[in-house]
Amino acid sequence: MSEGENGLELRSLRLTQDDFSLSADLTVPKGARVAVIGPSGSGKSTLLALIEGFLRPDAGQVRWNGRDLGPLAPGDRPLSVLFQDQNLFPHLTVFQNVALGLRPDLRLNGPQRRQVETALAEVGLAGMGARRPGSLSGGQQGRVALARALLRARPMLLLDEPFSALGPALKAEMLELVARIASASGATVLMVTHDPADARGFAELTILVDGGVVHPPRPTQALLDDPPPALRAYLGAVRP
Amino acid sequence: MADRVPALKAARPGTALAALVAGGLALLVLGTLAAVAWAAEGLSGLGRWDLRAIWFTLWQATVSATLAAALAVPVARALARRAFPGRGALILLLGAPFILPVIVAIMGLIAIFGRTGLANAGLGALGLPQMSIYGWQGVILAHVFFNLPLAVRLILHGWQAIPAERFRLARSLGFAPADTARHLERPMLVEVLPGVWLAAFLVCLTSFAVALTLGGGPQATTIELAIYQAFRFDADLGRAASLGLVQVAISLAAMAMAARVTLPAGFGAGLDRPAELSGPRGWRVVADTAVIGLAAAFLIAPMVAVILPGLPALAGLPGSVWAATARSVSMALTSAALTLVMALALSLALAERPRRWIEAAGMLPLVASPLVLGTGLYLLLRDWARPESLALPVTVLINGVMALPFALRALIPAARTVQADYGRLAASLGLRGAARLRLLTLPRMARPLGFAGGLSAALAMGDLGVITLFADQRTTLPMLIWQLMGRYRIEDAAGAAVLLMAISFALFWVFDRGARLVGR
Repeated sequence: MSEGENGLELRSLRLTQDDFSLSADLTVPKGARVAVIGPSGSGKSTLLALIEGFLRPDAGQVRWNGRDLGPLAPGDRPLSVLFQDQNLFPHLTVFQNVALGLRPDLRLNGPQRRQVETALAEVGLAGMGARRPGSLSGGQQGRVALARALLRARPMLLLDEPFSALGPALKAEMLELVARIASASGATVLMVTHDPADARGFAELTILVDGGVVHPPRPTQALLDDPPPALRAYLGAVRP
Repeated sequence: MADRVPALKAARPGTALAALVAGGLALLVLGTLAAVAWAAEGLSGLGRWDLRAIWFTLWQATVSATLAAALAVPVARALARRAFPGRGALILLLGAPFILPVIVAIMGLIAIFGRTGLANAGLGALGLPQMSIYGWQGVILAHVFFNLPLAVRLILHGWQAIPAERFRLARSLGFAPADTARHLERPMLVEVLPGVWLAAFLVCLTSFAVALTLGGGPQATTIELAIYQAFRFDADLGRAASLGLVQVAISLAAMAMAARVTLPAGFGAGLDRPAELSGPRGWRVVADTAVIGLAAAFLIAPMVAVILPGLPALAGLPGSVWAATARSVSMALTSAALTLVMALALSLALAERPRRWIEAAGMLPLVASPLVLGTGLYLLLRDWARPESLALPVTVLINGVMALPFALRALIPAARTVQADYGRLAASLGLRGAARLRLLTLPRMARPLGFAGGLSAALAMGDLGVITLFADQRTTLPMLIWQLMGRYRIEDAAGAAVLLMAISFALFWVFDRGARLVGR
């Protein structure tokens, strides 16, 4: 699995910003579902931004299936992103927001329009295409973004705590939807979370980010059952 | 956390356009200056008359700005603490003089304060000596008319920026009005007033149309007017050039002052409750009422004095007026389009990442006086084309450029907000180029674009500046009104003034409202 030709590789990745620095050297196997966990300010979002291409590393490479992603703009990388917020354009309809995943210029033909409708139905939003994001609930907005990721069909899905504003039941429901979409397409999923329960329920592997160091993925169960000191301090006395 | 993420560097067509616009602006403003300097015989070419114009320019700008700022304080205070029917409309009306064509305002001021006007009738009834609107007093009166509303709006802003909680605290501590003034209002005024004064000072510094119509002569000639006279009557390009350099030097000095003065407000954030409109009782109610009444009358009476005689004259307007109207409207629309394209390109490039030289280029028109630009363009182009054929294109270009700083003030923050809110999402979806412009930039920025477009269209529509340098038969509506006034065809002038005023306001309204509908 870690042949170096498969999945996501972060090779001697280094980034320094002011008094903060981040380093990562690891491989995420293709098709894995991975939680990224760690104290706030440890660099979880910075790690995602490096993979997404919003930040350039000072040294090292981000590789997918052996290919260096460095020269690619964020939109051209083999990945879709769900941000913490601002995942939808409020002035576009639900249909248009989803259709952006197929063609960013929205010039769709008939079959493509049907594809959008199918994706909306897939996430349980059939018939809502004409609405605007402002008239949807938080959970429904998340579904719109997922429908778009579904259409983009990129091999990686990166989630930066996108459901943290939702209640526990709704969040579990959304994670289930993510899992369904990911396993249907075989996508590799990286999800930033601060909730160990999310990691346990969703991801077989977990990456611990602590003090600017990104640790290689470890089996979630084992990691959380016997956490290293840094993770233990973060998790506190409340053991799941 | 990576909250602030620099965009990836990439040469894009948008950035190239912004660089082109910025370079063009620098070339235009600095190139015309260079052309003017080249033609100048040096500052020794300035005579006593010119030195007097320089002195008068500084003096009248100082007096006008001081009067406007001082008079604005009681008006703003009264508006801030009193609720009355029509308050919102009056505050809205305070914005009107900014886009009111200068020539229309001047007609109105002459109607009220001129020899046969209401003001002199009142003075006569009281047995007081008559006043004349022509000369320095008229220049200052007109400048106060234009800048008082602006100053009131700015100061009112300052008042409303004091959190309502502070006033509530003041009341709970039993503050008398004097205590409130000392602890809350005066610190705000100390912060706001220098900026207000400088804004008015800058406007008065480059005043041309007011001096052209109400001033003149050794007592009341501004530098801009002296440039016009040197160019048009004396055909003395060297003197026009020297005066232009002085004008730019003074503007630069004032801008340098402005850069030091505009300090951020020191009041903490409140919880954004609506301000409680309950001022002190007693004689202050009477005083505030009088202040608001006087200010409203000063603002409204001149406009009414143009509209009343002008409306009946509309139907009988000569064909030349309609021809000039059509010409002016198409010129204003072209100017506005030019402003919007330039402002959009610059603001989008600035939102991507800060680029100091692009920002500086966008603010260049503030130091360039339109008459210097016009003179310079004439000097550069006179070997290529006849001045008469240059008049309209040069006017369109200069009006488009002069409105740019106002447009940028509206567009830069909006472009930054779009970038901050949706830049990452757009990038992650590969939304770029024309699709990004159509699906993200234009819809999200529709409102400020409409506002900026309306502003520049209205300003261009009412402009009476560069066109006077070249005027011939095919002229603009403001220019024609001035000519009609000169020929004492007062009825036609009033009718045309009503037309001009209506079109200026309508242009602003259509752009602003249209964009609100589109932008939702």
